[in-house]
Amino acid sequence: MRYATPASAKEAAGLLSKEKGAAFLLAGGTDLLVKLKMGMVEPDLVVDIKRIPKIDEIQTSAKGFTIGAAVSGAVIGEHKGLRAAWPGVVEAANLIGSDQIQGRATLAGNLCNASPAADSVPAMIVAGAKAVIVGPNKKRTVPVEKVVEGPGKTCLTKGEVIEAIVLPKPEPRTGDAYMRFIPRTEMDIAVVGVAISLKLERGVVKKAKVALGAVAPTAVVVPAAARALVGSKLDDASLEKLAAACSAACNPIDDKRGTVEYRTRVAGVLAKRAAKLAFQRAGGAL
Amino acid sequence: MGHEQKYVDKKYEVVGTRFNRPDGIDKVTGKARYGADASAPGQLVGRVLRSPHAHAQIVKINTAKAEKLPGVKSIVTSADLPDLTGGDQGLADILENCMARGRALYDGHAIAAVAAVDEQTAAQALKLIEVKYKKLPHVTDVDEAMSESAPVIHDRIFTRGVEPKPSKPSNVAARTQMGYGDVDAGFAEADVIVEKTYKTEHTHQGYIEPHACLASVNPDGSAELWVTTQGHFVFRNVCASLLGLDIAKLKVTSSEIGGGFGGKTHVWGEPVALALSRKANRPVKMVMGRDEVFRGTGPTSSTSIDVKMGAKKDGTITAAVAEMRYQGGAFPGNWAMLACMTAFACYDIKNNKSVGWDVVVNRPKVAAYRAPSAPMAAFAVESTIDLLAKEVGISPIDMRLKNVAREGTQAPYGPTYGPIGIEHTLKAVKDHPHMRAKLKKNQGRGVACGFWFNIGGQTCTDLNISVDGTVNLTLGTVDVGGSRSSMAMIAAEELGIPYDQVRANIADTTSLGHNDMTEGSRGTFSSGMATIFAARDAISVLKQRAAQMWGVPEEDVIWENGQAIAVGEGHGNLPALTLQEIAAKSGRTGGPIAGHNEVVADGAGMGFASHICDVEVDPETGRSSIVRYTVVQDAGKAINPDYVEGQFQGGATQGIGWALNEEYIYGDDGCLQNPGFLDYRIPVCSDLPFIDTQILEVPNPLHPYGVRGVGETSIVPPLAAVGNAIANATGVRMTHAPMSPPRVLAAIDAQENAG
Ligand SMILES: Cc1cc2nc3c(=O)[nH]c(=O)nc-3n(C[C@H](O)[C@H](O)[C@H](O)COP(=O)(O)OP(=O)(O)OC[C@H]3O[C@@H](n4cnc5c(N)ncnc54)[C@H](O)[C@@H]3O)c2cc1C
Repeated sequence: MRYATPASAKEAAGLLSKEKGAAFLLAGGTDLLVKLKMGMVEPDLVVDIKRIPKIDEIQTSAKGFTIGAAVSGAVIGEHKGLRAAWPGVVEAANLIGSDQIQGRATLAGNLCNASPAADSVPAMIVAGAKAVIVGPNKKRTVPVEKVVEGPGKTCLTKGEVIEAIVLPKPEPRTGDAYMRFIPRTEMDIAVVGVAISLKLERGVVKKAKVALGAVAPTAVVVPAAARALVGSKLDDASLEKLAAACSAACNPIDDKRGTVEYRTRVAGVLAKRAAKLAFQRAGGAL
Repeated sequence: MGHEQKYVDKKYEVVGTRFNRPDGIDKVTGKARYGADASAPGQLVGRVLRSPHAHAQIVKINTAKAEKLPGVKSIVTSADLPDLTGGDQGLADILENCMARGRALYDGHAIAAVAAVDEQTAAQALKLIEVKYKKLPHVTDVDEAMSESAPVIHDRIFTRGVEPKPSKPSNVAARTQMGYGDVDAGFAEADVIVEKTYKTEHTHQGYIEPHACLASVNPDGSAELWVTTQGHFVFRNVCASLLGLDIAKLKVTSSEIGGGFGGKTHVWGEPVALALSRKANRPVKMVMGRDEVFRGTGPTSSTSIDVKMGAKKDGTITAAVAEMRYQGGAFPGNWAMLACMTAFACYDIKNNKSVGWDVVVNRPKVAAYRAPSAPMAAFAVESTIDLLAKEVGISPIDMRLKNVAREGTQAPYGPTYGPIGIEHTLKAVKDHPHMRAKLKKNQGRGVACGFWFNIGGQTCTDLNISVDGTVNLTLGTVDVGGSRSSMAMIAAEELGIPYDQVRANIADTTSLGHNDMTEGSRGTFSSGMATIFAARDAISVLKQRAAQMWGVPEEDVIWENGQAIAVGEGHGNLPALTLQEIAAKSGRTGGPIAGHNEVVADGAGMGFASHICDVEVDPETGRSSIVRYTVVQDAGKAINPDYVEGQFQGGATQGIGWALNEEYIYGDDGCLQNPGFLDYRIPVCSDLPFIDTQILEVPNPLHPYGVRGVGETSIVPPLAAVGNAIANATGVRMTHAPMSPPRVLAAIDAQENAG
């Protein structure tokens, strides 16, 4: 196994695309190293992006935030601007693992690992996050919801690397929230995850986006759930509609982590709670 | 040596205070050497190939390809571990569990093992071993295993304890019955009768350190084993028997231990590592992965239990019956028997009967887990008592106090109790501020009691005094929970010297006589007793040397506060001789000064506890959070209160994990689906509040300091305490543990649907 520390995303892409054997990008390593130790992957080449200048920084501009692919959860959690703008994304990122994992785990890694239960993915989707993808020859920007195609599968082609996650500057009176259900308090995989962002106008929901995690092969965007919220002040009836739409959108599996019935049910419960939190964060009064 | 074992009430200088443990610095700085931290020149890496099937005939094992792989030094199968057990079925079961013999009996059963020059080669070699299996029907559920239609796992098992002896083999290894009185008459007297069936799932001890050892066998039949174990002397004897070694030629050293809780009282990979080493003629290090720990070592039984109890209007329990079905994994155990002994042990019930069924299934061989078998029985009995109390209309605590066992009560398993502390713990609970704390919405409070024995057993201890007056205490009971500090405190107390002057060490098997395991809460009880006696032995030598130094008769010397004092006519004015002064001269007064003791300690005291649990249940998700928890337990005498509290908290934590989320999940294929800490959910720190403790001290009359074992009882009440709290929070009685969110939500739904 060889280990490389390229100085740019482009160089990383070049190394990956040229490698004939099994090649893996290494960000925080909290997924990759576990798989390596368990013998699930046997890489010939590991390309570590952490030495790339500025890849561990968060840039703020008039348009929003550019979060480098090696920025850890802990750094995201300490970023005041990000916390104020997208508290739902920050709380989702900070739910990953434990303190130790937080020191390493990245948003891009969470996305590229492509687990159906990845916590930050639904939150990034409803915030309108985009992935900046660098290939050996070209660069492209793809909405986060288009990146994951199935469990363990992304739209990245051989050699492509996510250089950064871009979050827009939120419109005024926007609030977002992410909630997940786990039996423990941490160090667990989401049985259900719900992310909601919404924008208010005169106390009424003007726009909304709802995404669910862990209830289908990929995170799912639920337009019907968003429609249930739009035009409401989060009265009971609209919350019930929201819950029903979320439950209906679930296509989960029965496994050791949860039954279909339980996941479907709890998706609705969490959706209501996340909606209330997002609503309050947008300045709405319940 | 006739030392006085009886309890004597006295004032202590060292005992009962709090000291740091001698192994503390090493452990917090990462220097401590655990099972995986030893290495030897030329060592190989040992790895085990495990069955992917729940039950299968091993048609053929072909190791030829693996043997040809460069770097592979030995491969063993059951053929390399011939059966030398000479008709001892228990030992034969251990052998077969360590390495399958013709049949894989559970998912994870060891089939073959390799030793190779490095990790990668060993892993690759495992892939090259070809095993042809013929799958056989399997059964993993205890109730199903008892049914007529279940596949019979061993044709040698004919149920013991039933008349007439069955003519057909079955999965039921034994029936046990205990109790006394006439239960039918008792139920006839009852105003209220409650009957319920409970189920508990298979749980693992969850020690953080996986099993690990370094084995080295020489062609002359001598061997060494470095291993993480709760009892290296017992490991030595078992491994020597299985491999045909002479006991004295196998030196076993116990490493520091990262948790055992009973799971490291049994050998798993150690005989295999020795066999690999013998065949390769090189040292072999074998460290289990976490999945191997879950699949290949012993969890505790899953159970199915019926309880029926009757009471009069005043709360007197007139009759109690429990029918308890425990699976022991693929080999018979006596786990249901232990359940029978403990189920009703907290109470004085005129008519009681416990029936236990020990059953085999296609799961890993069950091992002891902290108060083995008692928590499940307590879950059923303590839940039923709450139901009964509700029917009768008195508080759960008063119900328990009304029927509590006391000195003079006959235990369901026969003997009559001496002084015991269950009533004290219940009264302390009743008076505890926790009981008066306000509960919030969706919160409920539960109380439950628990009992566990402790055992005595064989102990052998040395105490050597150095010329500078510092003391080496050499122990053979493995320190699992801080016992080195407790033993050093006891030695310091006896000798009348400061704690810092005593250093306690655990010796290897060539340095001391046999010591039983650290199990059955025996460590501080028995090793403590041997330490007291060894110290008293040393004191008599010290007095004799002082007498010699002074030239006075030995009878005129007494030992007080760490010094020899000459009393009596004529030598009243002699200045006292300190331990240091006597030690400094020892080379000229007869050589090194030592004390020694070997003892089969009997008279172990019973351990009783009562717990209070506050839980908050999310009615929409069924998720329970523990908001407050208090343990009250009788320790007899807390030598080092820090570590006694630690035992209380640790046991409660494990019990809470079991109550809420821990369980083995099997697929229809009989394979374990969650062999890792991600999906086998032990509690994490943030899951629990600070666990409050209250130590009570009702001295054990048969220990010089009144010590009772404290290590295990604390895991007994939590399942029921949590269940009772959930019932009070939700109105729903949970009868299936763990009471995981989906189960609680389903129960809430069922109750709502029922109106
Ligand atoms: C103890 C523990 C607890 C965990 N808890 C959670 C949890 O609560 N919630 C959760 O969602 N996850 C959890 N995880 C999983 C993991 O921590 C997250 O998925 C994390 O975000 C991964 O980020 P990373 O930077 O460590 O990824 P890495 O392990 O470095 O990479 C993950 C995968 O993505 C690829 N990759 C990484 N970065 C890029 C990039 N920039 N471009 C292209 N490909 C890339 C890698 O090649 C690899 O295949 C946990 C893991 C552990 C070990």
